[in-house]
Amino acid sequence: MTMKWIIKRTATAILTVYIVITITFFLIRLLPGSFIEMMIYYYMTQYGMSEIEAEEMVYSLYGIAPKKPVWEQYIDYICGLLRGDWGKCYITGIPVLEALFYGLPWTVFLLSISMTISFALGVGLGILMAYRRGGILDNASSVFASISRATPNFILGLLLLYFLTIYYPIFPSRGSYDISIKPGFTLEFISSVLYHSFLPIMAYVITSVGGWMLAMRGSAIRVLGEDYVIAAEARGLKSGRIARTYVGRNAILPLFASFAISLGYMFGGSVFIETYFAYNGIGHIIGLAMSWRDYPLIQGGFLLITLAVVLSNFIADLLYGKLDPRVRRGGMYS
Amino acid sequence: MVCIPKLRKGKIMRGLKSFLRYHILEPLKILASDKRALVGLSIVIFYVLMVAVGRLFIPLDLTPHREKRYLGPSWEHPLGTDFAGRDILAQIVHGGRDVLPVAFLTGFVTIAIGTAIGITSGYVGGKLDLAITTFIDIFLTIPGFPLLMVVAVWLLQSGIPINIFIIACVLSITAWAGLARSVRAQVLSIREEAFIEAARCLGLSRFHIVFNEILPNVMPYIAINFMLSSVSAIYSYTGLQALGLIPYEPGTWGAMISMAQAYVGTITGAGCWYVLAPSITIIVLQVGLVFLSQGIDKIFNPRLRER
Repeated sequence: MTMKWIIKRTATAILTVYIVITITFFLIRLLPGSFIEMMIYYYMTQYGMSEIEAEEMVYSLYGIAPKKPVWEQYIDYICGLLRGDWGKCYITGIPVLEALFYGLPWTVFLLSISMTISFALGVGLGILMAYRRGGILDNASSVFASISRATPNFILGLLLLYFLTIYYPIFPSRGSYDISIKPGFTLEFISSVLYHSFLPIMAYVITSVGGWMLAMRGSAIRVLGEDYVIAAEARGLKSGRIARTYVGRNAILPLFASFAISLGYMFGGSVFIETYFAYNGIGHIIGLAMSWRDYPLIQGGFLLITLAVVLSNFIADLLYGKLDPRVRRGGMYS
Repeated sequence: MVCIPKLRKGKIMRGLKSFLRYHILEPLKILASDKRALVGLSIVIFYVLMVAVGRLFIPLDLTPHREKRYLGPSWEHPLGTDFAGRDILAQIVHGGRDVLPVAFLTGFVTIAIGTAIGITSGYVGGKLDLAITTFIDIFLTIPGFPLLMVVAVWLLQSGIPINIFIIACVLSITAWAGLARSVRAQVLSIREEAFIEAARCLGLSRFHIVFNEILPNVMPYIAINFMLSSVSAIYSYTGLQALGLIPYEPGTWGAMISMAQAYVGTITGAGCWYVLAPSITIIVLQVGLVFLSQGIDKIFNPRLRER
């Protein structure tokens, strides 16, 4: 964890973000038949404008400077991003950042709960599987974990949506709360929010818990073979204490880094799950932007996810050094 | 000199025999000793047969019959009918004709790119290695599925004709980096082994060392990554189809999932078969591939087998 390491790590992070900005800029600016051309055509046919008039109209409406060469537009775009001006949505005209931040609280609420449940459940089951390895419980759980890992979340979302909201209408199928209830800190509103979030959370947890289970199982089996665990057993420590403080704490360490990284993905939401249940989150907004071809919003969404993931990777690396003294001191016995 | 052809023939036969024994029979035996891997292998073989041969036996008829909408299972329609009264079983049998080639092609493209970059980086070393590892780190950090969505939107609008090969190339954008990293790590440790040094002392060419000495040792990683990138290709491919970012032909699994999602509010009666059939088809294939990859892991990691 030297200064040199931090500098190198920061440089890579900045380079990653810069590359993503460049990719999205050029991929999307180089498209033929974009929304802008569609709008120009629309004004020409609907309002009988000449092509030049329609162009000026659309360009001023959406704040575009097409006369400049591409590299100047590119520099303008990057300067705008740094100033916090991420452009405006083509369709609605509201600033991209505002649109994204509208969905952010819902997504953070939904995914922080889902991820925590999934991680806690996966770690608990994983350590249990490691202790009973080779037994019926282990075999059954690892088959379940493989199925969970192999099931696409959009398929599980579809199944839950069909069977629990339409075939047996137990849960609401759309939205993040009942719109007839006024939002506020009332019991009614909070219970409605929880009720609406149940199926999306279930879809997320079931499809992601398997990965944590298998990772924790592997990690715990490795730790169980270590000398200090055998030594602890020989000293006659209670097995519950060995499982918690000797095996659990050491086995969970490598998983914490992945958990921190997955928290970064939280800011992108889950496009499928949120779209299927029409949940007001960021994933749903990005999904709509995709189907409307709202390029600034697509760019903004992708950039936001990348920023969050790069940042969480960075934090995960720092955290790992803090949590594991062996890494901090640089080497096991030095 | 006359006896050379005879000698060579014997050599070839012996080579073939040992190849069969060590590369086909032994792995299959180990695979068969693990129940889960056997299940996985059978599932994958079944799907390949269904897609390759099955459609010769069950014809696909996509003309709508309004009076037969959402029928339950019967002798005529073993899995019922869809929203337009068409046989679901026929659509399932024919529906893998694009998914399976895309999945396996993505696997091939991924392992080709990943292995080439990993071996180059690990074997050549120096400044090139530093540049490539930085590049790999960057690609591993960029969120995969969002990147795929952006590229798919671009591809859809750019006017480039979309075929299976282009889709496979796009899907491998997000998959090669992980393989390249693990191949590089392997090559770095293999490079220092005594048998590589021996090969160098014998004056064997770089080509020989890379392809005959190093490559066989990283094969396990390549095989497992082939399976896993097929799994993620199926996920991304059908997912992008469900989002409407990759066009689909009618009567494919992706089309069935998209349609089931679009019509989910209006499905009545025995329509649950239309939701269940493509879902279970895709899930079972994914599970089969995952099981098979775990089995291959066991073949090449004897330590896992002993546990």
